[in-house]
Amino acid sequence: MGEAGPSPDTPLVLKGLIGRKRVILAADDFALRLGLHVGMEISKAQTLVEHLTVMDADLKADLTGLENLALWALRRYSPMVSADPPDGLVIEIMGAAHLHGGEEPMLDGMIESLNGFGVTARIAVADTWGAAHALARYVANPISVATPGESASPLLPLPISALRLSASLVSDLRALGFRHIEDLVAQPRAPLALRFGPDLGRRLDQAFGRSAEPIDPVRLEEIIEVQRVFAEPISAAETIAKYIGKLTVQICDRLESKGLGAKRLDLLLHRTDNKIEAIRVGMARPVRDLKRLTRLLCDKIETVDPGWGIELMRLAATEAEPLNPKQMISSLIEEPDIEVTSFIDTIANRLGSAKIYSMAPVASDVPERAVKKVAPNSVAPGLGWPKHWPRPAMLLPRPSPIETMALLPDHPPVSFTWRGRRHRVHSADGPERVSGEWWKRDAEIGAIRDYFQVMNEAGERFWIFRAGDGEHMETGSQSWFLHGFFQ
Amino acid sequence: MQSHQKDTFCPMPISRPVLDDLRDRISRIEGVARRGKATLPFGVPAIDTCLPNGGLAMGALHEVAGGSTGALNGAAASQFAAGIAARLTGKVVWCVSRKGVYPPALEQAGLTPDRIIFVDAVDNDALLAVFEEGLRHGGFKVVIGEVTRLAMMPSRRLQLAAETTGAIGIAIRRWDKEADVADYGHPNAAVTRWRVTAAPPGPSVEPGLDRPRWYLELLRCQGRQCADFEVEACNEQGLISIPSDLANGQASEGFGRGWAVS
Repeated sequence: MGEAGPSPDTPLVLKGLIGRKRVILAADDFALRLGLHVGMEISKAQTLVEHLTVMDADLKADLTGLENLALWALRRYSPMVSADPPDGLVIEIMGAAHLHGGEEPMLDGMIESLNGFGVTARIAVADTWGAAHALARYVANPISVATPGESASPLLPLPISALRLSASLVSDLRALGFRHIEDLVAQPRAPLALRFGPDLGRRLDQAFGRSAEPIDPVRLEEIIEVQRVFAEPISAAETIAKYIGKLTVQICDRLESKGLGAKRLDLLLHRTDNKIEAIRVGMARPVRDLKRLTRLLCDKIETVDPGWGIELMRLAATEAEPLNPKQMISSLIEEPDIEVTSFIDTIANRLGSAKIYSMAPVASDVPERAVKKVAPNSVAPGLGWPKHWPRPAMLLPRPSPIETMALLPDHPPVSFTWRGRRHRVHSADGPERVSGEWWKRDAEIGAIRDYFQVMNEAGERFWIFRAGDGEHMETGSQSWFLHGFFQ
Repeated sequence: MQSHQKDTFCPMPISRPVLDDLRDRISRIEGVARRGKATLPFGVPAIDTCLPNGGLAMGALHEVAGGSTGALNGAAASQFAAGIAARLTGKVVWCVSRKGVYPPALEQAGLTPDRIIFVDAVDNDALLAVFEEGLRHGGFKVVIGEVTRLAMMPSRRLQLAAETTGAIGIAIRRWDKEADVADYGHPNAAVTRWRVTAAPPGPSVEPGLDRPRWYLELLRCQGRQCADFEVEACNEQGLISIPSDLANGQASEGFGRGWAVS
């Protein structure tokens, strides 16, 4: 709102009409902290708080904003997104999380990017739309994930208003003494239906997954989309693959006419029982290669449950970017840089993008911190690690304790026992002293590891270290660990 | 040149027209002719003469395992594989089954971090699928996989995939239990089978450690006999070499620098 907007240090509420009462429809954090709440009458609020800024709520703009947010989520997270007015989005993440490195990183990323827009969001993941809706609104955690197949139990203690019932129904139920969902579940169904109509039973069934509730996904006007309707529902994997091939040909033609390449393809399979199955594949760079796209989509057929049959297939290039012709190398000596992104795409779509990576050097003396996972093929040539000390070919994920016999505190041990096997040390190299990184954790101030490369009589080489400098207890426990194998 | 060969001997190929003709016909049946005779020599004549066409065959699957405790940690085997990859160009796919391989050590064997693409596979089957995908892709000259089990059927698939693109596939065998190591005797379609075991040090006058040594066994080689060698581990160019106290060369220098010419 810029200059004309209300100053951030006065409480702000938005007002609207409910029936004939002027009430608060939304309030900012400051106002909530002062004891105002949604649904309170404006006159009462103004009495309670002196400098209250009251503005008209623009419900239409709210809805438009929510739909825009849904489109953002569609582009970014999942092919199946819908606005859930007045204040929510519903996203089907089944089969979409792999492109974001799994469920947890995806949810964290979602909260973070929404925060970036100035939206404070709470996310819940559950088996059904109803359950996720309730958990997101009535559980205080920013992220709550219900165990698959067990969404019902966290729902029970929530208030009945979590069930998406009309306000009048909720107040009627309250009048009869129903406070929580578990109270409703314990009641016989027939009298409830007789008294309150079918809505209550339907909402309960939807929340507990007893009746289906399909998501009607938002579609973008401008995206390139092709579809095929089947007179007879199809369900065999081969048939689906055949039509994926045909749809890909069509979409590639459309992309070509616009000079674009697809970065993300969504295939929606509408089942006869009104459910929609989705396949999403992502590419590292825009692609318009028929064979490659068909292959990526067909790789995912086994994740789809065709149910009683599929009657409509829709293929959309949710994300497309200009695909510029590239000059091939024609010089005599240069070897062509062979394109490996197609391999990366295939694996990232099959196993998840977190499973394919490169390891980049990090400037750290602590061995386990000297490497970090980065996007595949993104390490610049020439980067590397210091070469003055040999490094073990295999590094144990956690240092493993060993029993040692050392003659002098400064020297490597003369023998050590690891996993019940005793190794006599033939010769050793070291120590290489590694100091703790105090700027990362307070506990590491003064911490020291002394690394030795030791060789037993058979020629096997181990990387062992002593936690501490061998004299001062404040530098470490002085116990020995095995950290890696050279050979 | 005298190499360290104890009980085995490595015959130089006999060249007679009739025999040559027979060899050609056999190789045509085996499909060797189709994939060509490109090889990657080790640069150590003692080893290269024991391999058909004087080097590690391109477009083929090779198998490496560690001996003794190395069979479980796979350290020496992965250094050996890294050395082979280092001497080829382009990107390398490294399929990881368990956490452990440490890229700084691969760099010390000549395989720089910008060339490696790691893939984490959940189980052996998924790993074999990625391995084959990499070999079939055509953009990689080397694909390395840490394989636990490699039966005849999947190894044939890998071998055929390697033949189509001319890539080298290296299966590093790593086992969880010592009892499973006997699995290495089972036949599969790999063209060569190696075992790398840490070897006791040579006579050294200086205290401390010199360049690591391996006892390198060629357990199986299609069309040739088995052999074994004692070598010094890969240097920064990924080259292995014959230790100076065994060959008539000059003394090898400290870590990673010396390479005795024999």
